[in-house]
Amino acid sequence: MRMTPVLTRLAWRYLWRNHRRTIIMLSAIAVGSWAMIFMTALTRGMVDQMIADGISVLPGHVQVHDPEFLNDPSVANRITIPDRELAASFDGAEFRAWASRVRVPAVIMSERESRGVTLLGIDPAAEREFSFVSYDEVEGRFLESPDDNGVVIGRKLADKLDTEVGKRIVLMSQDPDNEIADRGFRVVGLFEASMPSFEESFVFIGKTTAQKMLRIGEATTEVVFLGDDYRDVDPTYELVAERVDGGLDVRRWHEIDTYLGTMLKVMDGFVLIWVVVIFLALSFGLVNTLVMAVFERVREIGLMLALGMKPSSILAQILIESMLLLATGLLIGDVLAVLTIQPLQGGIDISAVAEGMEMMGASSVLYPKLYLDDVVLANVVVLILGFLASLSPAWRASRYEPVEAITKVG
Amino acid sequence: MNIVLRLAWRNLWRQPRRTWLTTGAMVFSNTLLVFMISLQFGMYELMIDNTLQVFTGHMQVQAPGYRDDQKMRQAVPGILPLATRLRDEFELDTIAARGWAFGLASSDERSYGIGIFGVEPDYEPGVSSIPGLIKEGRFLEDYDEPGIVIGAVLARNLRVGIGDELTLLGSGRDGSFAAAVVNVVGIFESGIPDIDRNFAEMPLGLFQDVFYMEGAGHQVVISAETLDAAELLLPQLVASLPADAGLVVHDWDALQPGLKQAIQADMSSAFFMYGILVILVAFSVLNTQLMSVLERTHEFGIVLSLGLRPGRLGRLVMLETALMGFMGLVIGAITGTIFTTWFTVNGLSIPGMEEMAAMFNLPARVYPETTFGTAIAGPLIVYAFTLLAALYPALRLYRLHPVEAMRIN
Repeated sequence: MRMTPVLTRLAWRYLWRNHRRTIIMLSAIAVGSWAMIFMTALTRGMVDQMIADGISVLPGHVQVHDPEFLNDPSVANRITIPDRELAASFDGAEFRAWASRVRVPAVIMSERESRGVTLLGIDPAAEREFSFVSYDEVEGRFLESPDDNGVVIGRKLADKLDTEVGKRIVLMSQDPDNEIADRGFRVVGLFEASMPSFEESFVFIGKTTAQKMLRIGEATTEVVFLGDDYRDVDPTYELVAERVDGGLDVRRWHEIDTYLGTMLKVMDGFVLIWVVVIFLALSFGLVNTLVMAVFERVREIGLMLALGMKPSSILAQILIESMLLLATGLLIGDVLAVLTIQPLQGGIDISAVAEGMEMMGASSVLYPKLYLDDVVLANVVVLILGFLASLSPAWRASRYEPVEAITKVG
Repeated sequence: MNIVLRLAWRNLWRQPRRTWLTTGAMVFSNTLLVFMISLQFGMYELMIDNTLQVFTGHMQVQAPGYRDDQKMRQAVPGILPLATRLRDEFELDTIAARGWAFGLASSDERSYGIGIFGVEPDYEPGVSSIPGLIKEGRFLEDYDEPGIVIGAVLARNLRVGIGDELTLLGSGRDGSFAAAVVNVVGIFESGIPDIDRNFAEMPLGLFQDVFYMEGAGHQVVISAETLDAAELLLPQLVASLPADAGLVVHDWDALQPGLKQAIQADMSSAFFMYGILVILVAFSVLNTQLMSVLERTHEFGIVLSLGLRPGRLGRLVMLETALMGFMGLVIGAITGTIFTTWFTVNGLSIPGMEEMAAMFNLPARVYPETTFGTAIAGPLIVYAFTLLAALYPALRLYRLHPVEAMRIN
């Protein structure tokens, strides 16, 4: 250990003895680590956005349903606990937000067209935090109260139905006895969403209005909860599970939307594989550089050994050389990555492939997301694997027979 | 063997470890490239085929505007005679007419909004995989029978089985109220939940009656043998449509714009990754060749002073690189092919891929296959960049002064 400062200084000087080689290797490491972080930030950004969008329609991180509802989304499988009782049992629990709502499949008809939609009966005040619709940007107005008589639909849907603000449409669904439940509404607002498919598939009416139309009294079909972080929903889940009756089904978002849940896990795996692949491509060059560096100074190494330097110090010196090379390259790569991601924070427009992104469930603006965790992962993986890859050349260098090494004709 | 070639070959093996490490970098990248490219293009093909064979076909004849809005009144009049004429004209059975509407389907217990296709019972199996996926009951047989075929999830949700009645409610072509009572004759299961939950097919004749289509429909679907054949067919089809009918032909690309764009989006991220791999290999080669040139400065000085032209030395360095690159190319293409073939036999499934695969109509286990093209494309690009990387060390030789070079050791 005593030797470390000397060895480090030696290693650093050795690196710059052949500056061309070092610069080329540094460039390779910098490009590699830049690519690791840049690509990771892009995919993270895409998946984050997908999940944010996905959770915003679910919505919420934890949901409560009748156990049959997810398989058979009908008002027959409803939650009969009235809101007062729900509110009473959630007293004292710190949910960021919660709301009970009516969600059923329905058919919407204008005078010309009909379409299948998901009907949402909501309390607009309770859902402001959840909703993928920003209330203030709605053309016309958003719903104002649970007993609002109007309907708010997406702009795309309005186009397809040939309708507009102020016109009437009919919503049709079923009541618990499977009688047709229908009602006319005036369109009061048109919303726009980041995902075109949301605009076509969701229709908002007041919760009380929906309950009256579907003849379900004070019942709802789902209660949704918002926690602080979508990656860590267990605290919210526990809180909800404690307070909700055993007869109901409590689920986390990734148990409901398994595609998104899988996506998140697959991405974590992808990041690691990508980092390792890049490292492997780099490792050949790294080992090569070290082999060359040792080869060039076999005689010096022999001399040092002959003068009494311990083989372990030679080993340490080569390893330090490799670590310095990697760390410098990584640092440059990290800085490059931050510098290139920074100007892209405002979003990269990829609307040229919007419909393709939609198929994947992603929107057409990509916001790169630089996570400290990912940067640390990339750096640490490269350093650890780099250390392992350098062991063999370093070991060989430390095993030279002093006399043979000194007399070697280079 | 040519003397220069022999010289280059021997030079490579003066530092066998370095040569192998550099070749190793190429082999690693090439193996990965062969595998990824084979997998990628195999998946694209599957994605296209599987998506198109459900409903879309290779192209469709529609009324203008229908593709974007799918309104009932954007209809193709006299659709059955048109489909019959096209079948005769092109001597192709894989042409079928369809109508499409939204409606509320009610059983005794449940009601759901669904998409309803009116199809030609005789020809639909030629353009769609759904008739082949009937797992209970049968497909439609008669143009006017009061029957309907529904998806398995829908059947479960509606709690109906074969022989049960469904009531359909919707709006007709003229905006009037449309209603019908039909019997479930078949249940299909595609394995794609969205399709099994949201769609039903009834005979076109009945469909036209119920929705007041007056002989019209919404799409004539055409499938060709292959995508390439479809491309050839398209202009002939356009030419054979009556000019005054105001009909348009859309190819699959226009009908499923998401498909090609998803492929493009995936390709651009894949190419970014490939590009990085290739660049890293190029750095490796640059480093190796530069070192090998620098350490030979002394001897290069000698041969230059003996009268050898720098150009020949440069070519020697390029030849060395070409030989090394060629080894990387051949070994990489072979290991890549072997690696991929292992998956061709055993299949590849990534944990959790099922959900993602289903999103793109892909099976949970894929069997990538190498073709000559996918096995050689990646390695060739690596080869090109290898040669490019060696240009700098080779060109440096032109600046070498024999006397100064000889002094260096």
